Amino acid sequence: MEAVCSECEAKIIVPDDAIVGEIVECAECGTEYEVAAITEVGVTLKKAEAVKEDWGE
Amino acid sequence: MGVQVELVDAKSLVFDSREHGFNTELGDMVYIRCISHFRAQMLSATLESIGVPCVNSHSVLERCSNKMLTTLALERGGIPTPRTLMALSAEGVPQAALSLGYPVVLKPLVGSWGRLVSLAKDRETLNALVEHREELSNPLDHIYYLQEYVRRPPRDIRAVVVGDEVAAAVYRVSADGEWRTNVARGASTEAFEPAGELIELLVKAADAVGGGVLGVDAMESSEGYLVHEVNGTVEFRGAQSAVQTSIPRKIVEYLVREVKK
Repeated sequence: MEAVCSECEAKIIVPDDAIVGEIVECAECGTEYEVAAITEVGVTLKKAEAVKEDWGE
Repeated sequence: MGVQVELVDAKSLVFDSREHGFNTELGDMVYIRCISHFRAQMLSATLESIGVPCVNSHSVLERCSNKMLTTLALERGGIPTPRTLMALSAEGVPQAALSLGYPVVLKPLVGSWGRLVSLAKDRETLNALVEHREELSNPLDHIYYLQEYVRRPPRDIRAVVVGDEVAAAVYRVSADGEWRTNVARGASTEAFEPAGELIELLVKAADAVGGGVLGVDAMESSEGYLVHEVNGTVEFRGAQSAVQTSIPRKIVEYLVREVKK
């Protein structure tokens, strides 16, 4: 599956076995996206949340 | 395994106190894997309020997300842990550090991946760290958790404890130029087979915080093993890369046993 980076317009390859909620990264600029939806039409990405102070184990 | 599993994004959940429920059906049990401590705490509290058990439980998640609460639980459980002092304001820090002796380790009460964990080798360094902490806006950062610096090899032990079993254990070896042993700080992992006495300690430490699926961290000190941290939403990328056992399988088997109880 493919998507386009909204920051640098590079092509982002999303693995075929990706699931909703998975994080993918733009190989060109490093922007992180979360898989928002997967339909027959294709994959939709949304910007991933940035690391916050309470994140972790 | 005879159970139906559904992946739910916690970010999409809305809880209604009047309706005693969420905007979606959440089944008989929930395994919480939120990366945000506060989100995990609120989710577990609300789930338990409507009778849906979760792993880990709310009390375990709360205890493990705050280093002082973890320390108190370990002490209460008779688990050897580094000596810890808590100063309720910057004013008490010099006295606490004098009591511990330099170097001292300064950690945030809430935080992970070694973030803001600092080693103060002398009073000047500690004063500078405190000055910086006082500039942070989160009031939790103005409560000071200070710990003795334990002289240990440049590694610690990470055990993934599932129920009453150590599912996997690894050494986490600090990266070059780094004293912290977090995988997030570049530490490498090596497989490690703990002996009976250590296994007992690791499981007991997990029990001391309430049990479940936990990441127990221990150090090798001259006085024996010390447990310095218990993680409530254990990450195991580093551990899994070093061991043959499937950690996710161990977790799933445990969850299935729990849900069928």
